[in-house]
Amino acid sequence: MSARNIGDVILKVDNIDLSFGVMKVLDNISFDVRQGEIRSIIGPNGAGKSSLLNVINGFYHPQQGTITFKGNTRKHMAPHVAASQGIARTFQNIALFKGMSTLDNIMTGRNLKMKTNLFWQALHIGPARAEELENREAAERIIDFLDIQAIRKKPVGKLPYGLQKRVELGRALAAEPELLLLDEPMAGMNSEEKEDMCRFIIDVNDEFGTTITLIEHDMGVVMDLSDRVLVLDYGKQLADGIPDEVRNNQSVIDAYLGVPHE
Amino acid sequence: MLFFIEVALSGLMAGVMYSLVALGFVLIFKASGIFNFAQGVMALFAALTLVGLMEKFNFPVWLAIIGTIVVMIALAWLIERVMLRHLVNQEPIILFMATIGLAYVLEGMGDIMWGSDVKLLDIGIPQGAWGWLWDQGIYVEKLELFAAGTAAILVIFLAIFFQKTRIGRALRAVADDHQAALSVGISLNTIWVVVWSVSGIVALVAGIMWGSKSGVQFSLSLIALKALPVLILGGFTSVPGAIIGGMIIGVGEKLAEVYIGPIVGGAIENWFAYMLALAFLLFRPQGLFGDKIIERV
Repeated sequence: MSARNIGDVILKVDNIDLSFGVMKVLDNISFDVRQGEIRSIIGPNGAGKSSLLNVINGFYHPQQGTITFKGNTRKHMAPHVAASQGIARTFQNIALFKGMSTLDNIMTGRNLKMKTNLFWQALHIGPARAEELENREAAERIIDFLDIQAIRKKPVGKLPYGLQKRVELGRALAAEPELLLLDEPMAGMNSEEKEDMCRFIIDVNDEFGTTITLIEHDMGVVMDLSDRVLVLDYGKQLADGIPDEVRNNQSVIDAYLGVPHE
Repeated sequence: MLFFIEVALSGLMAGVMYSLVALGFVLIFKASGIFNFAQGVMALFAALTLVGLMEKFNFPVWLAIIGTIVVMIALAWLIERVMLRHLVNQEPIILFMATIGLAYVLEGMGDIMWGSDVKLLDIGIPQGAWGWLWDQGIYVEKLELFAAGTAAILVIFLAIFFQKTRIGRALRAVADDHQAALSVGISLNTIWVVVWSVSGIVALVAGIMWGSKSGVQFSLSLIALKALPVLILGGFTSVPGAIIGGMIIGVGEKLAEVYIGPIVGGAIENWFAYMLALAFLLFRPQGLFGDKIIERV
């Protein structure tokens, strides 16, 4: 990973507070992601990692703080704004369209790339048809890239877990995102599947220059992949820095080894 | 033999009429997982609006139809604004209850706007026996043939729309997983307006056919009940299923009435569909064409 270009800050999150009732989920979180980097968020269960991703792509609206993406500062995101601005994501518990085929799932990821209006689509002629074909080709390229040709027509609900994760990554990639949010892309995988997924993440980052923010529990993977790591615990920011710094940070070690919180 | 064919054909045609109502249910269920109890009332409301525009404002037929389509789209928009938007991510049963409420509101609105007397609906669909078959000794209503043709066109149109277009895929995606749909940039609000508009237009078609056949009256909203077994047979998520389910029920109940009816004292037509549905629930709960129910644990 030597010749990679890390650019300017693409996403900046400032002083985010998020609570559900009396539960404070995120407490004054600030961090940034630079163009082209692989940025990890780690922390014990319930640290607020997924909540932070949900704030970034607009599922949760924080009570305090701002989100700046590509220079636009917002109090909160809306999911379709996030998507149209170039943020795509996967989910911890796999949120695929289970009744649809792999190909259709990935085509759905291209939703925002397709522009013809309802009228042409309803008739399924003219520009709509050409557009459909064009996007179909893009979807096939992603299927090739992820090596899932064999399951193109299978309904994804029937696929094994590891493949479902791969299809979900494919759907996110189909949007040609600038920022890709991955919520535990390797959870529940065996070591071979993990290796494949790692390779895909590195390739995506390398070949397409996609900026990646990921949540992961496997420390080996995180330390290998990441340019920088943000550590959360109980909604608070414990540490932020390059893998080596984070690894040697005393409060991080305490959080993971379970020193009691007073 | 001729008699058998005549009975079967008339059943087939009656079935298509059920199918038209069932189609509206399928559309909304497919795209939002909501069982829309108000579908029958929407057909009534559409038919009432159409007759009202023709009678009270003397609109020509084509203008009245366009006017009614506009009203149905406005209605879809209103339903999204007032009802669905506030119920995002609620349990299906809550949404279902909301549609029961909607049914009463629409029925009341139809009554206030256009009155509750039975109205004649004549938009120039041919009536009476179809000559060619009549010469062979079989009686088939031209209106019912017309309805069958219309249903066929609707189905082809909808099938392509759902399978091959972006919005069709977006509709299916929303039905499958709200969050995931949002994350790929699908706007739930737009999708809901689209799908309720389309099912409003399907309701108009059903309303026209039923209205032309037996007058526009409030009992029209009860045909929704017959659509239920049709859905269970065909599968709640399948457009072709709605049509074929309707035909099976139509033919089945007519044949049962004529051939088995006399043995058990008649009136089979009233419950045959429900018995058939019950059998399906026992042995094939997803219906003939429904998506297989997949659950991983």
